[in-house]
Amino acid sequence: MSDRPADPLHPMTAPLAARGRWRLPELAFWAVALASVFLLPGRHLILTEIAILALFALSLDLILGYAGIISLGHAAYFGFGAYCAGLLAKHEIITEPVTALVVSTVASAAVGLVTSFLVLRGSDLSRLMVTLGLAMVLREIANKADWLTGGADGLQGVIMAPILGLFAFDITGHVAYVYCLSVLFILFLGARRLVHSPFGLSLRAIKGNALRAWTVGVPVNGRLVAIYTIAAGYAGCAGALLTQTTSFASLDVLSFERSADLLLVLIIGGTGYLYGGLIGAIVFKLMQDWLANLTPQYWQFWVGLVLVFIVLVGRERMAAWTAPVRSVFAWTERRLGFVRDAGAVSRPEGS
Amino acid sequence: MLTILFDGIAYGMLLFVLACGLSVTLGLMNFVNLAHGAFAMAGGYITVVLVNRLGVPFFASLPLAFVASALIGAILERTLYVHVYTRSHLDQVLFTIGLVFMAVAAVDYVMGSQQQFVAIPSYLQGQINVLGVGVGRYRLLIIAICGALALTLQLILSRTRFGSRLRAAVDDPRVARGLGINVTGVFSITFAVGSGLAGLGGALGAEILGLDPNFPLKYMIYFLIVVTVGGTSSLTGPFLASLLLGIGDVAGKYYVPRLGAFVIYTIMIVILIWRPHGLFTRGVTR
Repeated sequence: MSDRPADPLHPMTAPLAARGRWRLPELAFWAVALASVFLLPGRHLILTEIAILALFALSLDLILGYAGIISLGHAAYFGFGAYCAGLLAKHEIITEPVTALVVSTVASAAVGLVTSFLVLRGSDLSRLMVTLGLAMVLREIANKADWLTGGADGLQGVIMAPILGLFAFDITGHVAYVYCLSVLFILFLGARRLVHSPFGLSLRAIKGNALRAWTVGVPVNGRLVAIYTIAAGYAGCAGALLTQTTSFASLDVLSFERSADLLLVLIIGGTGYLYGGLIGAIVFKLMQDWLANLTPQYWQFWVGLVLVFIVLVGRERMAAWTAPVRSVFAWTERRLGFVRDAGAVSRPEGS
Repeated sequence: MLTILFDGIAYGMLLFVLACGLSVTLGLMNFVNLAHGAFAMAGGYITVVLVNRLGVPFFASLPLAFVASALIGAILERTLYVHVYTRSHLDQVLFTIGLVFMAVAAVDYVMGSQQQFVAIPSYLQGQINVLGVGVGRYRLLIIAICGALALTLQLILSRTRFGSRLRAAVDDPRVARGLGINVTGVFSITFAVGSGLAGLGGALGAEILGLDPNFPLKYMIYFLIVVTVGGTSSLTGPFLASLLLGIGDVAGKYYVPRLGAFVIYTIMIVILIWRPHGLFTRGVTR
């Protein structure tokens, strides 16, 4: 992404471009993701779930890891996108998945834009409650408006047309996985470009100290509204993917547990370096798969235990445990002549 | 009409007893304790076990529920919560959500996921007629107990030495500490009492609110509404907020059942936006 010539008038762009350069671990990560399409054909159903959860976590990372907005109700946008895609397909307004996906994403972003003005007022605490309340309100609407959403029974009869008119969803989930992974990758590229831009840098400044950011001329509220809107769109896109791949949307997509699980996903992976959500989604889903086999009913207990454990140990210390892995990659990068400055390898942030 | 008002007041009083501990915790240590409902659930289940399985009289089980929940609160506060006070709000939220999830699953494992009922004595069931208004006996009892509790709490807070220490600590913990007040100790006691009150509320409310393993999640939002709307600077604020919420919720569910809980959530969001520090604050912003 460093194909732009360094502008001498803006001394900030050169370090930004350096930060935005693709590194070995990132390339390895996506190579593994691509390989999974061919090498793990039997696991594509769970991989699809992972890709969707990863996109959802990426969305939360944008507001939590980069802008420092705590949300307890991010499932609101996920659910909105899910119902949006479901309704579009059910009433045969738009049956082509990609178009429907784009429409759902834009609609969720619009909801995010409208609600951002409510969320961004006040302190952490009132943000927590407003986001929680918004998700509850949406869930209540979806519950009561059963003529539209099917209420507690869920939205049934969603039939998707082939993607772009070419690839029909199959029962083994191969097409769904490739579809979800492609969407994840494209949106990831967007997010990556975003956080390595001056815009992303200003978000970090706001997260560090909103008052100081404001005094050096960052339009704090405008930036927060913008990133919140984008994140809502990402979340809606993840929700729409879920509906499209499962042909079903239920009240579950708006539940509080979904928002809480999402926080755990992001915390497992670490916030503020984009890959946290993706890695967290892989770990979380594999753990869920494994634990749910052991104790299907009491899975929530282990989620709680992991949350308490992570907080008590301290998220900074958790990040430090991955230091050996990162140093191995740094060493390989130096060997391969990837980067000269190995100290600048992006790493998870503690706060 | 009057019956609804009466039911609403009973419901509101119950919410106050359940949530007042949280409002002090939040005001005193600025600590976001989403697990507050878990203590209420503990109290409720303790009563169920005592009354239904061990045959303890209902009135004897109430103080036991209070003491047991307070004890659980005190132990958790000393062992786990102390490590999280100075952390960011995000850490506190994650930590307490984790506790809630564990409590929900653990109760589900031990007691089963079905709804539990406390066998309340027969003389507390049914209604009596007061001036032509049907009044549930059990609800009357709740109003009496919770009203007495609210009065006692208010007296303790305004008249005793402990109360003035607590108020000083809420207003400015640093200065209070500087004056030699043991803020940590005050907080521990308050936390335990708050948990105990939640447990008592859970015991009393098992009949009205329903008791199942999802209790802490279901009522979390209600506690938060009480605290945010009422503010954290006094007990009168949460008390009035609880009454408003109780009456509003009962009336809303009775008159416009199609909207359901929607009304309450909307009201909360509107109030948070209009007065971010609560309706009944003394105008001090911190």
